[in-house]
Amino acid sequence: MSTAAGPEIPDFPVARAPGCPFDPPPVWQALRNNAPVSKVRLWDGSTPWLVTRYADQRALLADPRVSVDSGRPGYPHLSPHGGGSNLGFLRMDDPEHSRLRRLVTAPFAVKRIEAMRPMVQKIVDDLVDGLLTGPKPVDLVEAFALPVPTLVISELLGVPYSDHQFFQENSTAVIRRTATMEERTAAGRNLGEYLGELVGRKLAEPRDDVLSELAARIKAGDLTHREATQIGVLLLIAGHETTANMIALGTVALMEHPNQLELLRRTDDPHVVATAVEELLRYLHITHNGMQRVAVDDIDIAGLTVHAGEGLLMLNEVGNRDPEAFPEAPDTLDITRDARHHIAFGFGVHQCLGQSLARMELQVVYSTLHRRIPTLRRAVGLDRIPFKHDAFIYGVHELPVTW
Amino acid sequence: MKVTIEQDRCIGTGQCVLAASSVFDQRDEDGIVVLLDDNPPADQADGVRRAAMVCPALAIRLAE
Ligand code: HEM
Ligand code: SF4
Repeated sequence: MSTAAGPEIPDFPVARAPGCPFDPPPVWQALRNNAPVSKVRLWDGSTPWLVTRYADQRALLADPRVSVDSGRPGYPHLSPHGGGSNLGFLRMDDPEHSRLRRLVTAPFAVKRIEAMRPMVQKIVDDLVDGLLTGPKPVDLVEAFALPVPTLVISELLGVPYSDHQFFQENSTAVIRRTATMEERTAAGRNLGEYLGELVGRKLAEPRDDVLSELAARIKAGDLTHREATQIGVLLLIAGHETTANMIALGTVALMEHPNQLELLRRTDDPHVVATAVEELLRYLHITHNGMQRVAVDDIDIAGLTVHAGEGLLMLNEVGNRDPEAFPEAPDTLDITRDARHHIAFGFGVHQCLGQSLARMELQVVYSTLHRRIPTLRRAVGLDRIPFKHDAFIYGVHELPVTW
Repeated sequence: MKVTIEQDRCIGTGQCVLAASSVFDQRDEDGIVVLLDDNPPADQADGVRRAAMVCPALAIRLAE
């Protein structure tokens, strides 16, 4: 592994530029043009490769010589406190990854997610009713952005929503970059115990939900109780925090782009809404720290060789601004653009399992919220909105709104 | 246009179904791709090409 420690190697990660809360840090955008695969320095002094071009990211993410196993030497850890240890098959390579993922893919198939749309519409409508009859200004994160996906994933998994405070707090601790090792371990253990017990109850009394499907897999001998629990924890964590951040961040972005918001508000064409959601996913990027990998073999890419045992960071937020892939003004939000080939959900065999669910939720949310509350606006200046520069998942901590 | 799929590679994202629902579907039991039409008509060509391009598992092959 290279030990070159010259001062010219930039630190990773860095915060977005002040006043540009929707744009990747300019330093990485510049690298994409000048040195698309180049070394960066992490908190521990290690120097993995930062990959910034769309085509290189896709190629590497789909390459079997690239591993997601955070236990391998050279894997780029983004914080001193581990992280990822509760992420189940997200941190496993094939064939183990594929065996586990296939056991839980059916409920996320397009048709089954579409069948949930009326349920999601009802959840969103009820929450908007609540907003309209409640006090203002109100924090949209607390009152809307978090409850929508939390209610939906609870319903899908079969987790009692009444426990949401508990699992929200613990999920947040698992993915907070600044959480201590103790906090993260405790939160992971709490979630594991909670879901382990819940899976036990579904074994005894199956219902029509995903945890019961996992329980049936245990009975069939396809999964151990521990594996089923781990999958439950992964789905719960991945299923609400991500979408919640997209809802809130997307709302801030649309408010800053009133013409785009107007297009969205005026349409009742589901195709227009779906196209807008893809563009918001491309443009915003809540996964602002990219995806971590380690090479298990030597790989030639962008004119150089990444050696076995060297870390790789795929910064998909910069890949999604690559003019080679999005030729027309890639740094502009344009909700009429065809952005479906974005890699906001990743690429390769780990591409987001929940993407159809996330898409559907975002379509319902963006098309409903602004239509039903056409005068929705920020209650404070953009500079007073706390953006989540310190979290693995980007978004806003709070979004005071009024109408 | 001739379409082939590799079910062993598929990870069930359903992106192909979104791109061309008359050509691709997903199995009920595990969400893995099924091919409804291995020789789709010309008016499906754009959707099928799109599906092959966005498939994250490189499980869709085309021969034009
Ligand atoms: C807008 C919302 C979302 C975004 C931007 C997002 C993004 C991502 C990304 C980038 C990955 C790949 C990580 C990697 O390759 O290292 C991923 C994986 C994953 N996501 Fe999502 N996600 C979202 C919503 C969801 C939802 C709603 C669920 C589930 C209910 C979910 C479940 C998962 C799972 C289980 C994986 C791991 C897949 C695997 O390793 O095979 N995600 N997501
Ligand atoms: S897009 Fe590819 S991985 Fe996704 S369901 Fe279709 S064939 Fe499978």
